[in-house]
Amino acid sequence: MDEKKKSKGLPKKERMKIPRTPMPEQDPKERSRNFSEVPLGYTPEMAIKEATRCLECKKPKCIIGCPVEVKIPEFIGLIAEGKFIEAAWTLKETNALPAVCGRVCPQETQCEITCVTGKKSKPVAIGRLERFAADYERAQGKMQIPEIAPPTGKRVAMVGCGPAGLTCAGDLIKLGHEVHIFEALHAPGGVLVYGIPEFRLPKAIVNAEVDYLIACGMKLHLNTIIGKMYTVHELMEEENFDAIFIGTGAGAPAFMRIPGENFANIYSANEWLTRINLMRAYEFPACDTPIHRGKIICTIGGGNVAMDSARTALRLGAEHSIVVYRRTRKEMPARDEEIHHAKEEGVEFHFLTAPLEYSADDEGKVTEMRCIRMELGEPDASGRRRPLPIEGSEFTIECDTVVVAIGNLANPIVPDTTPGLKLNKWGNIDADRETGATSIPGVYAGGDIVTGAATVIEAMGAGKVAARAMHEYLTKSETAATT
Amino acid sequence: MHEITYREVITPDVFLLKIKAPVIARKRKAGQFVIYRLHEKSERIPLTLADADPDEGTITLLFQAVGKSTMELGTKKAGDQILDVVGPLGKPTHLENFGTVVCIGGGIGVAPLYPIVQAMKDAGNNVVTIIGARTKDLLILEDMVKAASSELHICTDDGSYCEKGFVTDRLKHLVEQGVKPDLCVAIGPVVMMRAVCNMTREFNIPTVVSLNPIMVDGTGMCGACRVTVGGKTKFACVDGPEFDGHQVDFDELIKRQAAYLAEEKTAREKWTCESGQ
Repeated sequence: MDEKKKSKGLPKKERMKIPRTPMPEQDPKERSRNFSEVPLGYTPEMAIKEATRCLECKKPKCIIGCPVEVKIPEFIGLIAEGKFIEAAWTLKETNALPAVCGRVCPQETQCEITCVTGKKSKPVAIGRLERFAADYERAQGKMQIPEIAPPTGKRVAMVGCGPAGLTCAGDLIKLGHEVHIFEALHAPGGVLVYGIPEFRLPKAIVNAEVDYLIACGMKLHLNTIIGKMYTVHELMEEENFDAIFIGTGAGAPAFMRIPGENFANIYSANEWLTRINLMRAYEFPACDTPIHRGKIICTIGGGNVAMDSARTALRLGAEHSIVVYRRTRKEMPARDEEIHHAKEEGVEFHFLTAPLEYSADDEGKVTEMRCIRMELGEPDASGRRRPLPIEGSEFTIECDTVVVAIGNLANPIVPDTTPGLKLNKWGNIDADRETGATSIPGVYAGGDIVTGAATVIEAMGAGKVAARAMHEYLTKSETAATT
Repeated sequence: MHEITYREVITPDVFLLKIKAPVIARKRKAGQFVIYRLHEKSERIPLTLADADPDEGTITLLFQAVGKSTMELGTKKAGDQILDVVGPLGKPTHLENFGTVVCIGGGIGVAPLYPIVQAMKDAGNNVVTIIGARTKDLLILEDMVKAASSELHICTDDGSYCEKGFVTDRLKHLVEQGVKPDLCVAIGPVVMMRAVCNMTREFNIPTVVSLNPIMVDGTGMCGACRVTVGGKTKFACVDGPEFDGHQVDFDELIKRQAAYLAEEKTAREKWTCESGQ
């Protein structure tokens, strides 16, 4: 207690001198062969020390950087005082999934980039502190159900139980609406369970956050594909939902459309990760879903999903896990931390390289990938320098497994079965960025199905924005109905 | 959880199960399928629906126990539970009054063919059905298909029942006798569907096939079920499972279906050993 008080009382200058507290991690050699979580989390002592670095700015800039408007200085202040449970509750006032966000948010480009401490030294480790508080609360078993407004009598449906839908659900429950969430797969969480590997986000954490929302009153319907079992219109007309949020994600893998891409043992990242994360193929034959355990596994792409895929390849026992990316390290969209972890674990990188075609053996199983070297030209629409092929630079990479991690397109099931739902030219749902409103009154959308593949926290931000607009719509329509 | 309400052993390795799934029973259309997962450690396995009873709230699965997962399902009895059943998946069969439709089913493919025969008949078509199997004991659903069809032709590879020969032989015979099909629907082993398509291409008969590649999620999310149709990659789970048979790259499908032969063998042997089946 004394130490806490002392740190809290430290003058700002002194606080700025405290170095950023590193996160203990599993040893790279050891962890590259297991599926346990890589960062081990702060101890209470580490958390207090790190929290003390926060200057508690009067006009905090970090909050502006957070898509779900977490009260950052407030929760960090509580950690500095040793009030960890209270810190977790503060987080949950605005963020339904703090243990998830503390792990997978790109804090370095959001809250931490604007941190004032970060101007002179390294920014306060906001993400690590968020993770600490949420984990602490869960470990103590002191999950608190927030205050819930009296029932409004309104029924709302969330289509898709990923980060967007869960966030939207969390906010609408607190406002007193009856919230039902529909999930196509047999487990809740969306990309948090089928996509992000156990070593980056343990499934138990996702389940605990979903259980929290269920405890708050959310009704979960698994194995229910909207567009097949019920259409969006049927939800409104036959199942009596007053408003709907579509957060189905960017669930359709993109392929390069190059020759040989349908050879066996060439996977989309979605299939590769789903087999391993959701279906536990790494436990085959104890679990029934198989996966090809290749010796040389090439992953195409440079994003977080590519890093997850390549790191998973090592854990399946690959002798070489090779990332093939057409630009350079600098242009990689993956988080620095993920690239760093991948390199530490032994993932190899072929930069400025693009696959041209695949070859296979008599059984149709991939044996090699013909590639071409690239060079960077002028910046393209994304602002990154456009990769251009170098004529005559073709070469081959031997491989027995390939994971294509070049992004996702819009899943067609809901758009195809919802007449009147306006789409953009890429097939994503056209929704107002300020409200999430779609072309159908009462139907809102957010997350990757609107933006194309983005981050968990951006999807959560969209869920929050939509929840606010839906609440307004639901309460307004009430007024309209009674007058 | 979905309760099995009825079980029938059709042949030693073909089973019929009725499963409680009221919404799917109400909503399913001919040509659609479900994915089931027996328990926590199970695979997700797609099976085309053979029938459904909306009043009873049940769907009918008719399947051959060929791999570990279907063998395990085959041991389940009435009263047992299936952990997950999701559907109806895939696009329904395109139905209209084409005129004369030849429906061809081979082996276990007769099961998914049956609702299509019914639906084609209901749409006003003259439905000429050909069903075949390797041998008499493997022939399924004869009476039901007969009742639903305008006429039924049966053949067995070994001649143990009705005509001896392949379904393609019967098709050729019918066309030579003057039957002029406006559409052919073929469901069965990939080699059978390929043979039918090679023949109907010659006769200029548009042909629909129902494909059964390996799937995982069944919602278009993973791309495991990709097939090449007309030179383009399609996902059988959301774009199919029915496609223009004359455009399908069957050779690629056969190779993709065989991707896990070694693992399937391991799983089957482990299951056989542990279950004493």
